[in-house]
Amino acid sequence: MKLGPVTQFLMNDTAGKYLLSVLLGIALVIPALNLMMPEGSALHVSTYTLTLLGKYLCYALLALAVDLIWGYCGILSLGHGAFFALGGYAMGMYLMRQIGDRGVYGHPELPDFMVFLNWEELPWYWFGFDNFFFAMIIVALVPGILAFVFGWLAFRSRVTGVYLSIITQALTYALMLAFFRNDMGFGGNNGLTDFKDLLGYNLQSDTTRAVLFVASALSLVLGYILCRYIVSSKLGRVMVSVRDAESRTRFLGYRVDKFKLFVFVVSAVLAGVAGALYVPQVGIINPGEFSPINSIEIIIWVAVGGRGTLYGAIVGAVLVNYAKTYFTAAFPELWLFFLGALFVVSTLYLPRGVVGLAEQILEKWRSRHAASLETSGQNATGQAASARDHSPPEDEKNDDAGTNRKSAVELSTN
Amino acid sequence: MQAKHISQPSILYLNGVSVSFDGFKALNSLSLDLRPGELRAIIGPNGAGKTTMMDVITGKTRPDEGEVIFNNRVDLTQHDEAAIANMGVGRKFQKPTVIESLTVFENLELALAGGRSVLASLFHKLGARQKERIDEILVLVDLVQRSDELAGALSHGQKQWLEIGMLLIQEPELLLIDEPAAGMTDVETEKTAELFKEVSKKHSLVVVEHDMDFVRALECKVTVLHEGRVLAEGSLDQVQKNEQVIEVYLGR
Repeated sequence: MKLGPVTQFLMNDTAGKYLLSVLLGIALVIPALNLMMPEGSALHVSTYTLTLLGKYLCYALLALAVDLIWGYCGILSLGHGAFFALGGYAMGMYLMRQIGDRGVYGHPELPDFMVFLNWEELPWYWFGFDNFFFAMIIVALVPGILAFVFGWLAFRSRVTGVYLSIITQALTYALMLAFFRNDMGFGGNNGLTDFKDLLGYNLQSDTTRAVLFVASALSLVLGYILCRYIVSSKLGRVMVSVRDAESRTRFLGYRVDKFKLFVFVVSAVLAGVAGALYVPQVGIINPGEFSPINSIEIIIWVAVGGRGTLYGAIVGAVLVNYAKTYFTAAFPELWLFFLGALFVVSTLYLPRGVVGLAEQILEKWRSRHAASLETSGQNATGQAASARDHSPPEDEKNDDAGTNRKSAVELSTN
Repeated sequence: MQAKHISQPSILYLNGVSVSFDGFKALNSLSLDLRPGELRAIIGPNGAGKTTMMDVITGKTRPDEGEVIFNNRVDLTQHDEAAIANMGVGRKFQKPTVIESLTVFENLELALAGGRSVLASLFHKLGARQKERIDEILVLVDLVQRSDELAGALSHGQKQWLEIGMLLIQEPELLLIDEPAAGMTDVETEKTAELFKEVSKKHSLVVVEHDMDFVRALECKVTVLHEGRVLAEGSLDQVQKNEQVIEVYLGR
């Protein structure tokens, strides 16, 4: 079946096709079960669960952004939480303006915390946030511009490796301290909360929640398609080349700093969008989101899921956060130990993460299956061998490259 | 300063290039002249400044003094690595450096001339002629059968060849090659020398090498570097008879 060259990059991505089907499936089924099934029915999904899953989807989009930059371009950013939080704050500012005079102090224009601080008028940077579209532009623009300026300075000066990781940590830490200050005008310690509605729809209503859930799922789908397109293009191969042999890439005539900058900005914008979807679902944004620990946790999601695969990041984010929800409820004091252990185990024993393990098992099963059938030319090596004698159709060739590339990830992480 | 070059075309002209690292003079007023289409071997003991010379030409190291004129026109010391590569100077590292998690074909595709900007590579489509070009290079470096395999799975010698192929497909005017024979078997070394002689019909080549048999097989002019400057120049036989060269290599 040919769907044209535009979708070719998706057709070659078997795991991605499953993933997108699952995402689209839950985008339909979960809200339907929430809204249509009567409470008490075995099939009913509570609004609590729906919101929790929506939160996971936002984290998954964030993990996807980190995998794009870390897994493919080799840039270990330990500050992606900052871009997520900035996107979240932009959305939070819109939601604050939506409150209007329904705040505790009943001021027609100023949010409560500003009245509390005896401010007379809105600071200039709060203007425009009563407009949804303006706010949505800011959601992408602010993380994008910050990433651009930061990346331009860092990549041009050829800051790499652990030094880059450290300054990204410093970036998010500095932002956290700044946002904690009351006179920054972002609600200080308490952040932004007590949101009422979004585009006129009550944030507490089940329908609004369901719509936010669907929006998160669709954003993740679009984010995945965008990232998959990038990594399947020649630009994606330049990224891998930067990761594996940076100076070789430079001597081939590529301006490595510009490529890094592009990927960094795309990744930051995706993180910002994830933050903007997250805030209305959890109902609060505060400076804690900038905490360096958060950014490190994102790295753990990606490492556990399997870096350099895109779908692995999504699987990792959902798995680790589900575990977090479970552990922090059941054994709250053990959660951090568990998280630490998870990171150690996945680094030592699962260099390709959970999806790498799954692929290994699948491959073993397949080769055993193939051996029992005693069919020739069924497994990957047989196909590669036959490729020498008579070139196989395009699709098969691509499959070969795909399986080979997976084992490359193993080589490079070992 | 360039008066002599207007009458005599040169592809690469190093004029009084000096580089020092913490007081150590890696290059000491080095001068070198290369004609278009010339194949030149550079030899010299460890620390003679061979690799530093490559770094200066390709823009990795900025010299303290001197100029590097490419094609009678451009002073390469004013440009960075990517710009110099795009002007037509290709460089092969001492340790074979290919992109291990891409296939042989993809390595060559990346090296293929053109499409170096971010946007161009995002929307890049490989044309039929470009595919043909890659196939030609695959034949030249004897990797047709391994086209779809990962570069990381190649043997050491094959990686060297792939990297040479990546240089050639950039269609550079000048190729700088650092110790290509290192770690190669005798047969591979011989084949490599043949390949370079073939390549030098179209391109100018500078080959840095330790292996004297390999240098002999290249049948070309030899420059001996020592302590960052040229000690002797001439055919390999002439150079090997030179008293100073013998002293540097064997004496002390």
